[in-house]
Amino acid sequence: MKIDYEGFDFSTSLADASFPSPIFTASGCASSGKELAQFFDLSEIGAVVTKSVMNKPRHGRPTPRMAETPSGMLNSIGLQGPGIDYFLANDVPWLLNKGSRVIVSIAGETIDEYSVLARKIRAVQGISAIEVNISCPNVENRGMVFACQTDTAARAIDGVRKIIGGEIPIIAKLTPDVTDITSIASSVVDAGADALALINTVLGMVINLDTMRPHLGGKTGGLSGPAIRPVAVRAIYQVHSAMPQVPILGMGGVASGRDALELILAGASGISVGTASFGDPSAIPRIQRELHSLLLARGFKSLREAVGYAHRSIEEGS
Amino acid sequence: MSTINKSATQISSTILSNKRIGAYHQILLSIGDLASLCRPGNFVAIAVGDESSKMILRRAFAISRITHGSASGGAMELIVAPHGSGSRWICAQPEGSDIDIVAPLGKAFGIPTSPVNALLVGGGYGSAPLFGLAEVLKARGCRVDMLLGASTGSKIYAPLEGKRSASTLKIYTEDGSMGERGRVTAPISALIQRGTIDVIYSCGPMSMLRAISDLTEGTDVVHQCAVEESMACGIGICMTCVLPVKGEDGTISMLRSCIDGPVMDSSTVAWDLVGKTPPAVTL
Repeated sequence: MKIDYEGFDFSTSLADASFPSPIFTASGCASSGKELAQFFDLSEIGAVVTKSVMNKPRHGRPTPRMAETPSGMLNSIGLQGPGIDYFLANDVPWLLNKGSRVIVSIAGETIDEYSVLARKIRAVQGISAIEVNISCPNVENRGMVFACQTDTAARAIDGVRKIIGGEIPIIAKLTPDVTDITSIASSVVDAGADALALINTVLGMVINLDTMRPHLGGKTGGLSGPAIRPVAVRAIYQVHSAMPQVPILGMGGVASGRDALELILAGASGISVGTASFGDPSAIPRIQRELHSLLLARGFKSLREAVGYAHRSIEEGS
Repeated sequence: MSTINKSATQISSTILSNKRIGAYHQILLSIGDLASLCRPGNFVAIAVGDESSKMILRRAFAISRITHGSASGGAMELIVAPHGSGSRWICAQPEGSDIDIVAPLGKAFGIPTSPVNALLVGGGYGSAPLFGLAEVLKARGCRVDMLLGASTGSKIYAPLEGKRSASTLKIYTEDGSMGERGRVTAPISALIQRGTIDVIYSCGPMSMLRAISDLTEGTDVVHQCAVEESMACGIGICMTCVLPVKGEDGTISMLRSCIDGPVMDSSTVAWDLVGKTPPAVTL
């Protein structure tokens, strides 16, 4: 770490994994790191969370894959990627060689695929944590998204825990598109998740007025960007309130240090920055600097003091 | 350093001039030393709106021309069609204002090492980067012929000084308001058969690029096209601007037009799969 935090303890942890800074990339918004390395030193941020990888190579969805919306965007990529074998042989060693901390995000279409992915990751040294993206359609259950039901969410996490539990932290990434996110959170924690990633994109659609059909090739897409930030703050606040002992990697529309601080006050121990990097390739180091200044200005001595600070009672003072 | 985006730099750039030319705006940006890194075919990604803007994504534009020298260093010229909220914002920026740019991005046009006969085909504002390319080709001793097309005359971009770098320039409009009535692709078949073209460079709408690709297929003519796919980032992290491209072994990959393009060898693009899902990947 080359950054001088002026005596301020900027470090954070997600279960047993420690990071010198709480600002991470968001899965699916940094590819596997090489593209952003031209703009900043990947070792100077908390960690690179890589794009959710599946067992086999995958083309993803047809174009158009993107639509800008007010203060946000829809994406419909469909988990395009090289597959886990290529990824672990090429992308992870490159990142580790750059001095980056690596959180590998995985996605599966079956419970078994999550286990297979965990087994392959277990064989590789140096990975800080595994993010389990369970916002994927379950091909064995009519395409129902794993993260939308407590039982399937828990089974996907359980499949990973049996392989890798206790070795590196398991972070379950949840969708906000559910009636009660705390019940899903509770079920994945019971199944062995060590931390939670909140929130994935919010399902949306744009209709093209020229064609008068859904604009995206995949029809629906995930909404991200500042438009969804209040949804993220709400979800993090609710889950932290229900389970204050479970660390949260917060994300959803963070574009500035002030946005990051908002999610931290709601209960996030780390922040993933996603869509902001599309508009500003140096957003992540900028947000890191801004957050550091804002925490100092509010008299915090460490990042940890600020986590969940919005939950304090009236008696605990201003 | 990484090999992806290896010349790309994010800078604050001053608008030196902003003039309306027909349906377009000609915008000149001060870019200092970056000028020496820009090649014809490269593009720039520009942040639009201010801090309170609801537009969160950069806009990508082909670099039209680069000028070196003068006290302020190098400058970059863009030809912008104000057709969306982001491009309208850029066109409304006055001279002297500063904008946030990332450049140069993408793969440039390949320049032959020995003189060849080159045909440059531009559709609409897609002609903009072809004039800078024509200068480079001419300096290498190439013969440069140019065909420009658009729906109507006001959408033809053909600056006087640019015309000098081409041996011939023919204009086609669909409404016949400028040049010949018809499509810019109409004369290409005959030119190929005459055997006087070695390379076609094209920039314009995807339908035009595909039509040229159909004409060059099975011939000895190399066709380098600058593709246009909507992109959110321009630097390879969003995965939205992908195109199906055939590898040497015939397998299809969804390649990012920002990093593996925008200039592509058209014979490698699986045009019939654009906008579709290719067959599943086999291991």
